[in-house]
Amino acid sequence: MSELTLFLVRIAFLAILWIFVLSAISVIRSDMFGARVPTPAAPGKQPRAAKPQAPRRGQPSHVAVVQGVNTGITADLAQAPVLIGRGNDAAIRLDDDYVSTRHARIVSSGGQWYVEDLGSTNGTYLGSQRLTQPVPVGLGSQIRIGKTIVELRK
Amino acid sequence: MATNSALMGFVHRRRRGAELFLLILALIVGIGAYAAVGLGIEGEVPTNLIGYGGWLTLLVVAAHVAVRLVAPYADPVLLPIVAALNGLGLAVIHRLDLAKETGLATQQLVWMTLGVILFVGTLVVLPDHRLLARFTYTSGLTAIGLLVLPMIPGLGTEINGAKIWISVAGFSFQPGEIAKVLLVITFAGYLVVHRDALALAGRRVVFIDLPRGRDLGPILMMWVVSLGILVLQRDLGSSLLFFGLFLVMLYVATERPGWLVVGGLLFFSGAAVAFRIFSHVQNRVDIWLDPFADPNGSGYQLVQALYGFAWGGLIGRGLGEGMPERVPYAESDFILAAIGEELGLTAVIAILLLYGLVVERALRAALISRDGFGKLVATGLGAVFALQIFVVIGGVTRLIPLTGLTTPFLSYGGSSLVANWVIIAILLRISDQARRPLPDLKESAEDPDEQATQIVKVVPS
Repeated sequence: MSELTLFLVRIAFLAILWIFVLSAISVIRSDMFGARVPTPAAPGKQPRAAKPQAPRRGQPSHVAVVQGVNTGITADLAQAPVLIGRGNDAAIRLDDDYVSTRHARIVSSGGQWYVEDLGSTNGTYLGSQRLTQPVPVGLGSQIRIGKTIVELRK
Repeated sequence: MATNSALMGFVHRRRRGAELFLLILALIVGIGAYAAVGLGIEGEVPTNLIGYGGWLTLLVVAAHVAVRLVAPYADPVLLPIVAALNGLGLAVIHRLDLAKETGLATQQLVWMTLGVILFVGTLVVLPDHRLLARFTYTSGLTAIGLLVLPMIPGLGTEINGAKIWISVAGFSFQPGEIAKVLLVITFAGYLVVHRDALALAGRRVVFIDLPRGRDLGPILMMWVVSLGILVLQRDLGSSLLFFGLFLVMLYVATERPGWLVVGGLLFFSGAAVAFRIFSHVQNRVDIWLDPFADPNGSGYQLVQALYGFAWGGLIGRGLGEGMPERVPYAESDFILAAIGEELGLTAVIAILLLYGLVVERALRAALISRDGFGKLVATGLGAVFALQIFVVIGGVTRLIPLTGLTTPFLSYGGSSLVANWVIIAILLRISDQARRPLPDLKESAEDPDEQATQIVKVVPS
């Protein structure tokens, strides 16, 4: 086995090793940016569900603070997602010591409103239930955030 | 939080094709290294290349098919990376076998087979990682039991001054490696329940909120017991690992940076005490400060490893061209020195990057996981991995004093290999759960009676 062959074998092996490392990194990269948006007409779904939802009567149009220091503040749901918290970027800014900077938000998905806790320290409650995942909310369900209560209104 | 991903219309792809592509590359790395060893030492491609390569391919394909069937959304990068590391490790061990006329590579292949079987078994038996939360205290007690096992006379064997092995029917096994995984589950299960109490209830002392004794007590006791056992067994590497693991998980669970300060102070005072009372700690520090003080005696191993790295240079001597067998324990703790000598800095950096990617994927799974227990387990397993690599590679390259630990997936050592395959299986399970799209919550009908019944998975507690 000549010196040159062994040298080439060594270089080839190092090249393969690095090709593997770089491909792994490129898979991670495409994993970050290449996520696909679910298609509205997923197979096996009722055709009825794909129909555009007509604006229904009785749909909430804004969020209002009904109890707490900031009672009376409202935010328009047209600008969803509505961020609730103590931070300056929140659509509903609460001066409540028990509220986190980015505490919770209200988002819409498929014509239904959901409230989602954003990893707050003291939690977001619907009734006595602490939220661990997005939960659908309707008109008048009271969402408790720290010492404040907000609800969806018409 | 990961829950927003589904709400923002963002779904992870399955990526099993990408995994298969990377696995093929990983196999080329592993089998290529084996062929290069044969070319370098015997001047010809090894005769059993087909059999060896076929067995490796069979193991990798089995793991891949299992992931496809039972964890289709799991992370696509983890399995190929560990397959490549394991394959490369096998080739380097085989190379040392040829120099020393031992048969460790065959044994390591048997252990790898067992590791892959356990990997598949874990994925199949564990459809949801939250099931592990049920075994919080059971796994803690089992971990302590396993740690005590080597101290039982007759069962435990002492190798190189550390009583951390048990030998059953000719096989020696390090129960501490399994205990590592169990302790992560214990810490995670306990902290996820008590994290609020730990973070909020308590008195403020100087700059840190000390939690109440009844909140911290049980976990602290478990940790002190396991650490005490390790100190009695003179297993410095593992005690460092458990200490760091406990600290990281406490910090992640409570979000209080003060813990890191307290932990750091405790670590340095503990290290100072250990330096005073244990002669072998002093030894290790002396070797670290000046390995050339006694290059043929106590410093021999480290000096030979450093010469190996230096001789290897940027692209190494070539597989089979160096003399890595001069380093004692080159096949276990010092395998990186063998790689540095024969494949050079280029390969060492690639390996460090691969380890970095494993840790990154573990933390990624923790970030996107939807439940606190999954987050903590993934963080803990990632931290164990990162700490172990830092401690052993830092020791081999003389960045920190050497403490004996195995290099995950590369080193010869059955218990470590098997435990690491189980760790990867748990990480894949968590990432599978986290990347799986949420069930569609869209209300399809005005009339609640028309709505389809939805299966809601209950979180076991």
